[in-house]
Amino acid sequence: MTTTPESANSQTGNGSGVAPSKKSEHLLSLRGIAKHFGAVQALKHVDLDIPAGKVTALIGDNGAGKSTLIKTISGIWAPTAGDVFWNGEQVKVHTPGDASALGISTVYQDLALCDNLDIVQNMYLGHEETRGITLDEIAMELNTKKVLKDLSVSTVKSVRQLVGSLSGGQRQAVAVARAVMRDTQLVIMDEPTAALGVSQTHQVLELIKNLSDRGIAVIVISHNLTDVFKVADRLAVMHLGTLVSSGDISQYDTTSAVELITTGESKGAPSSLASSH
Amino acid sequence: MSKTSPDSTEATPRFTVGDLFKRLRTGNSGLIPILVGLAALVAYFDIRSHVFLSAANVTNLFIQATVFILLGMAEIWLLLLGEIDLSIGFVAGIGASTAVILVDNKYHWPVLVVLPLALAVTTLIGILHGTLVIRLRLPSFVVTLAGQLGWAGVLIFLIDHQGTGGVVSLHEKVLADLVNGNLTPMWTWIVSVGSVLLAAIFMIRGQAKRRAAGLESTPMAIVALKIGSLVIAALVLVLIFNTDRATFIVLHGMPFAIPIDIFILLAGSFILNKTKAGRYIYAIGGNSEAVRRAGVNVNRYRLLAFALAGLTAGIAGLLYASRLGGISDGIDGGTLVLYAVAAAVIGGTSLFGGRGKMIHAVIGGVIIATIYNGMALIGMSAATQYIATALVLLAAVTIDSVARRGNGTTR
Repeated sequence: MTTTPESANSQTGNGSGVAPSKKSEHLLSLRGIAKHFGAVQALKHVDLDIPAGKVTALIGDNGAGKSTLIKTISGIWAPTAGDVFWNGEQVKVHTPGDASALGISTVYQDLALCDNLDIVQNMYLGHEETRGITLDEIAMELNTKKVLKDLSVSTVKSVRQLVGSLSGGQRQAVAVARAVMRDTQLVIMDEPTAALGVSQTHQVLELIKNLSDRGIAVIVISHNLTDVFKVADRLAVMHLGTLVSSGDISQYDTTSAVELITTGESKGAPSSLASSH
Repeated sequence: MSKTSPDSTEATPRFTVGDLFKRLRTGNSGLIPILVGLAALVAYFDIRSHVFLSAANVTNLFIQATVFILLGMAEIWLLLLGEIDLSIGFVAGIGASTAVILVDNKYHWPVLVVLPLALAVTTLIGILHGTLVIRLRLPSFVVTLAGQLGWAGVLIFLIDHQGTGGVVSLHEKVLADLVNGNLTPMWTWIVSVGSVLLAAIFMIRGQAKRRAAGLESTPMAIVALKIGSLVIAALVLVLIFNTDRATFIVLHGMPFAIPIDIFILLAGSFILNKTKAGRYIYAIGGNSEAVRRAGVNVNRYRLLAFALAGLTAGIAGLLYASRLGGISDGIDGGTLVLYAVAAAVIGGTSLFGGRGKMIHAVIGGVIIATIYNGMALIGMSAATQYIATALVLLAAVTIDSVARRGNGTTR
């Protein structure tokens, strides 16, 4: 199993607690991240580097720990063990507020929208603009319109529509727009295209490319390898709570990716990468 | 959310009868159906009893409605979160007895100290309920059901301990006048004209600001229509209140209870619509996990809602004591809480959280008072009154539930 790219890193066992060597190169670095829920070990040992401005696809079978990993990065819960580095500096991400303060935004699979609020209210939830103690509705509404326009989201009738009345694609667009609206450096997306039709999937993939063109790093969880190979710059594969492989997308093909997802190892993947890192 | 609908599903924006029905079904119909219902009730009682629409009875009706309105508002703070407070009637009773005992009886504390103190007591009770619900993760239903029994016990203890036979009467002027005092006709005009003028200025200015920012705004005709109906409603009320409604003495003017109701309505609506706290209360009722993930301290705002519910219940208690001219150990807090929830839900507030407004308690409270007052006037038995109120409540909850399902399917 040592033939997988960068897999040597996670096998040597010296990853935990060791700061990443090249400070400026990676936006986010995880070292020896583990997460237990009681007796269940959801994440065993994850080392992962996320470069700035690149799209990293996180793939793996159901239960491999993808969602647990991104929830750890977004501060939904604190890791049981391991270290997180942001631009080379060690940081603690124990609450969603911590993550948001660093510039990490997450679009969850359930989108985390309030159906009883309108688009503007959802976009600004937790970050409302105020004048004195009152909410500045006009500033928020104007900026919401601008953000949606910048992202070429043109299908919503009014930004004062309740989110509960929107279609699946529109809801996804609102969630993505909310994630990138503030000073965001890393956007994490959990299955952004899972519930979408063909044309809307295309739009979301364009949106993801658009983000990385602007220098925003993106982590995408996806089961759809076609989408992954269309949009990703880098690939990271999880298997049974461990990151078994990560590297440039060009070093993988669909066959090796499927092998890695199902068995955690692949002979088809280039072996030279472990040393290049 | 799991549906894959094409981008071009937008219907042309045209208003049809089907549209109106859809809005009714999805709970977005506004206040008009409820107001139509109220008008029907009023018409019915007017036909059955010629006293019903007399100035004296309408004024009395509004005073009766005050306790339902304020308790309904207290309940709305929690209903918006998807929580409920079943003890609110007795919490109001504790506030009332604290005030009456300290201001009168053997203590004679100054009223300006006692009123805030009584409100502080009920606010703390709200905070206690909230802490139990939040910290121990107990359902608010159970905590406040225990509260209903517990506070009823405390209330009996407080009042019986005074040794005045289970009733403490109120002689202090300020507290007694909260409900029974009236503005002079002149001040009635000033308060009413002032309120309507302020409302009109806020509406027009709000729309003007939106237009200036290049955002779509409500057409001027609709704003004018709203202001027009406000003017008519205020005019009718002023004429009723300013009619001499006593036989042997001159008794006219707006009861103090009305400006108090309006003030609490405005304060509550301001918090809910214009501040972050209000926004989060709605959001928590919609999807509390989403709010937590947005980095908001959800429990802080849940606790705030419990505290505000306690505070509002305290105000209701003071007005209740004022109306009864004292407080007895036999007040029926259990029935009061049902009227409070009924007022909120009849007005259009959802029992399931996330949807509701302070004005709903006002309209619901007036509807309940209308039933209560009208049925007593036409000589219906207590049994019939209970059953009729139950049917109205059941109808309101059904509409709420249907609206909720309607919302789910139109997604």
